Order: sequence, then C-alpha cells, then structure tokens
Amino acid sequence: MKNNQNTKARVSLIVTRVVVYAILIFLSLLCLFSFYLLIVNASRSNAQLQAGFSPFPREHFLDNLRNAWTDQSINIPRGMLNSFFVAMSSALLTTYFSALTAYGIHAYRFKGRRAAFLFIMAVMMIPPQVSAVGFVQLMYKLHLTNSYIPLIIPSIAAPVVFFYMKQYLESVLPMEMVEAARIDGSGEFRTFNTIVLPIMKPAVAVQMIFSFVSSWNNYFIPALLLDKAEMKTVPIMIAQLRSADYSKFDMGKVYMFILLAILPVLIVYIILSKSIIRGVTSGSVKA
Amino acid sequence: MKEDKTLRRRGVSYAKWGYIFITPFFIAYICFTLVPQLMTLYNSFFENYRDGLKQVGPNFVGLRNYVKLFSPSKSGTIDMLKYFGNTLILWLMGAIPQVAVALLLAVFFTSYRLKIKGQQFFKTVIYMPNLIMASAFSMLFFTLFNPIGPVNQLILSAGWADKAIDFLAMKVPVRVLISLMNFLMWFGNTTILLMAGIQGIDQSMFEAAEIDGASSWQVFWKVTMPLLSPILVYTVITAMIGGLQMFDVPQVLTNGKGTPNRASMTMVMYLNNYLQTSKNYGMAGAVSMVLFIVSAVLSLVVYNSLSRQYTDAPRRRDRL
Repeated sequence: MKNNQNTKARVSLIVTRVVVYAILIFLSLLCLFSFYLLIVNASRSNAQLQAGFSPFPREHFLDNLRNAWTDQSINIPRGMLNSFFVAMSSALLTTYFSALTAYGIHAYRFKGRRAAFLFIMAVMMIPPQVSAVGFVQLMYKLHLTNSYIPLIIPSIAAPVVFFYMKQYLESVLPMEMVEAARIDGSGEFRTFNTIVLPIMKPAVAVQMIFSFVSSWNNYFIPALLLDKAEMKTVPIMIAQLRSADYSKFDMGKVYMFILLAILPVLIVYIILSKSIIRGVTSGSVKA
Repeated sequence: MKEDKTLRRRGVSYAKWGYIFITPFFIAYICFTLVPQLMTLYNSFFENYRDGLKQVGPNFVGLRNYVKLFSPSKSGTIDMLKYFGNTLILWLMGAIPQVAVALLLAVFFTSYRLKIKGQQFFKTVIYMPNLIMASAFSMLFFTLFNPIGPVNQLILSAGWADKAIDFLAMKVPVRVLISLMNFLMWFGNTTILLMAGIQGIDQSMFEAAEIDGASSWQVFWKVTMPLLSPILVYTVITAMIGGLQMFDVPQVLTNGKGTPNRASMTMVMYLNNYLQTSKNYGMAGAVSMVLFIVSAVLSLVVYNSLSRQYTDAPRRRDRL
C-alpha cells in the first residue's frame, strides 16, 4: 500500500517535471527565436531574402556589415559613437551622484533628512514623459537642442538609482570605517571617494550597466531634441529606417542595422548576465 | 542611537556635509524635472501652437485645453479616452500573461520539490529581451511581419493563404504583436522579482504546510499567494506605470500612426504627436498633466508599500 503510494508520487513528480521543463524550453525558444532569425537574416543577401524564408544562415554576413557600416543616409558608426558617449557619460554621472546622495542621507544626521528621503521616494515612480513638454521647451529656450547636455546632465538626479544605493549602504557600510578615517584626518569628500565608493563597487557596477543600457535604448526624449544627422543616436536611426519605404531597401542591410543597434548591450549581457540578474531584485519592495 | 553618538564625538557636527552631498541631486532634479513639470502645467493653460509657418499664441485660455481634450472630435470619439483605452487594452493583453507566467515560473524555480536544473540559463534567456532596445525589437518585428517579410513568405509557401497578409493593417494582429513584444520584454523581469519575493518568505511556512499534508495547489493559494501579495501589488503597480509610458514599441511598429485607424495609438504617442508634429505645447501640456495625475495616483501605492518598509519595522526605526 505504502509502496504503491510512493511510486504514484514519484510518477507524478516526474510528469510535473517534464511539463515544467517543456514550458521553460518553450518560453526560452520564444525569447531566442526572433534574435536567431535576426542573425540568420543579417547573413543573407537581399536577393536571398526576397527569394523566400529559410532558417539557415548564409555567407553574406560580412557584405551586409560592410554595406550597413558605410551607408550614406544612415551613419550607424557615428550613431553608435554618439550613443556610446551619451550612455557612458550618463552612467558615470548617475552612479556617482546617486551614491553621493545616498551616502549624504545615510551617514549624516541633519534637519530635513527624512523629508529629503521621503521626497525622493515619492517622485521615484513618476515617469519622465510627463514633464517632457516643459523640458523640451526649456531646452529650446536655452538653445540646447542638438546638444548632449540635456541627455547627460539630468542623469545626476536618478531617484531609482539613489534608492538602490541607499539600500545597499544600509546593508554593507560599517560606520566604524568612516569614523576611523575621520580620526586619521581624512576630509569627508575624500572619505567618500576613497573608502565609501570602493565599498559600494558592486552596487555601482550593476547600476552603471542598467543606466548605460537604458540610456543606450532611450528614444523618446532624444528624438524630440536631436534633428541634426551627425548628432543622432542609434534608436532615432532605427526609427528612421521604419519611416523609409522598406520595399526599396536592401533588407540584408536593414537586419544588420538592427543587429548593430542591439549588439553592444547583447555582448555586455552575455558576459555579465549573472550580476545583472542579481541586480534586478535589489531596490524593490521586500516581503 | 549608537550611530548618532559616534558621529557627534568631539563636538564636531558633520550635518553640513549631508546638505553638501545631496545638493547636486536636488539642483539637477529641480532644474530638469520640477521646473519642466511646472512649465508643463503652465503651458496647459495656454493656446500655443504652430499652424503651418504661423505661430499661434501663447494666449491664456484657462481650462479650454482640458475641455477640448475631453470633448468629442469630428469623428465623434473622444480621442483622449480612445487612446487611454488603447493603452489599457495593450497593457492588459501583455500584463495578464506576463504576471501569470511569471508567477508560474517563480513557483517552479523556487520549488524545492521540483529542483529545476539550469535555472541560471533559463533566467539569463528570459531576462534578455528586457535589455534589448525596444525600438530595434519593434523594427525587427516589423521586418518579420510586414507583407514581404519572412512570416508571410512562410505562409505563402505553405499555401495557408493566397496572398500576403498585411498584419499591420489589422486591429487585432497589431495589438497582439505589441502585447507579445511587451510580454517578451517584461515577463523575465517579473519572474525574477517574484522569485525574490517567494525566497523572502519564511521557509518554515512551506515546511509546516507540507507536514500538515497540503497539496502544492493548496500551498500556492494558502501560503505563497497571501505572503507574496505585497510584492505582487508592487509588481503590478510598477508594471502599470510602465504600461502608461508605452511608446517605443507601438511608435516604431506603426510608424507613429497607431494603425489601423489609431487602434494602437497610446497616450504617450498622442503626446508625442502634439510635441513633435504640431508643436502644440498647450494641448501637449494638458495631455501630460492627465498622465501625471494618473501616474501620481499609482505612485502613491508604491510609495506606501516602500515607506512601510522604513517606518513599520521597529528594528529599522533608528535608521530614519
């Protein structure tokens, strides 16, 4: 009787496992399939693409890469350089100043400290689009359109990154170390730069990646402010592809453009996926 | 308390450093978010747009922009409500499967009975679409699903249809594609958040339920769900705020037109049209303020759940 029940339980466990793995594999394939097609299609010539669907890669990858890279109307290398500059600068500013703000609120007791903290938490979820009208108008007034300043400097104030840093500080920073530095005569700024920041390295690294990626992918605000060809960032160029008449396009080149747009993030992700995934969870509400 | 004492040793007050360290953040916030937000509000009371080469306004019109926003257009529909409805439908079509699948996967991954192998691999794969440039992802779907794209080539060569299907000219397929992309981009993220939530639940709860002979189904509904609910609420509300911002995917897929017949036009696309195409700052301001109010209400829920973390737990009281 007992034995029978045991076998039954084991069989049902095996069945459940098979179903669960099937679901997981199906979802993984769903995630990977469109990217697989992208890579395959980026390796086929326009004629091959017109001739019909095929799931196998062909030999024109480098031709498409050359054609896309040297395209006259869409200067993708320039766009990638622009995007890289903007994304890198904002990632550096965001992480440094968020860490500084978090440390300021975490380590010092001053009047208005709690209010400052609660204010940042309250505005954390307000999307940037709702102030875009005033933002764009202000930038026009200051003659800052076709400039990267409005895309970089505002990243000093990033409430979500601040919140993450604050939680990190709460869990790791030993105030005794700060105290020891003070006794050694270290100034407060130096203590932050040489002692606190290195302790926060893991948090800073994760947030650098997230800020870089979100800036690299950002489309709404840059599209409102940049219209000079040589200033455009990658997402604007991709949207431009869509508004052109696609039937006249070399489709191999179009797939290559899309691949180039996502490639840097894809490479970073493949190398650092473990710490990126770990970073997703911190900074949210706890049970 | 202990912290306070050490900080004030030797009678030195470090309070001014607190102000110095948080100043850059607040200056940047005020200049680039608060002032623009007030300017947006101010704009919403003015008539201010470009008509061809002619600039109209700015003239003060009171609440007329808001009245116009909520009155029927020539075709008899209230555009604002139509686009709000579109945004809601598109969001729901993506978010319901997103949360359901994420919940399922989170339970799978954390189940000690199932002991799923290769978790890191699965998590890496399902999270990946979240980091991909939304406009590029959307452009990719456009190239795959347009009338001369590979999907149609496949349909034609298999003989499932006589002529190419223009998915992008049909209401339901366009909405399905947009929601599918949103689903793919976000379910991995939600899975990871919910997993962390389940792992945060006291394991002895599950063990006790097990000893009492509860089935997996009962454990899920009677233990996991009630204890997970704060995180689930947080996840759903933040997803809602994200959904409200839906722009890149439908914008690129439909080339900013919200085809067919504006059935996939979202709120932010509407805002973008006023800002980009007609430079109508007055109407754009009014749309923004409506969006602001909706997101502020939703934010309040998130704020409450986050601040509870800081004020309810007694052991944390001395921190703030």
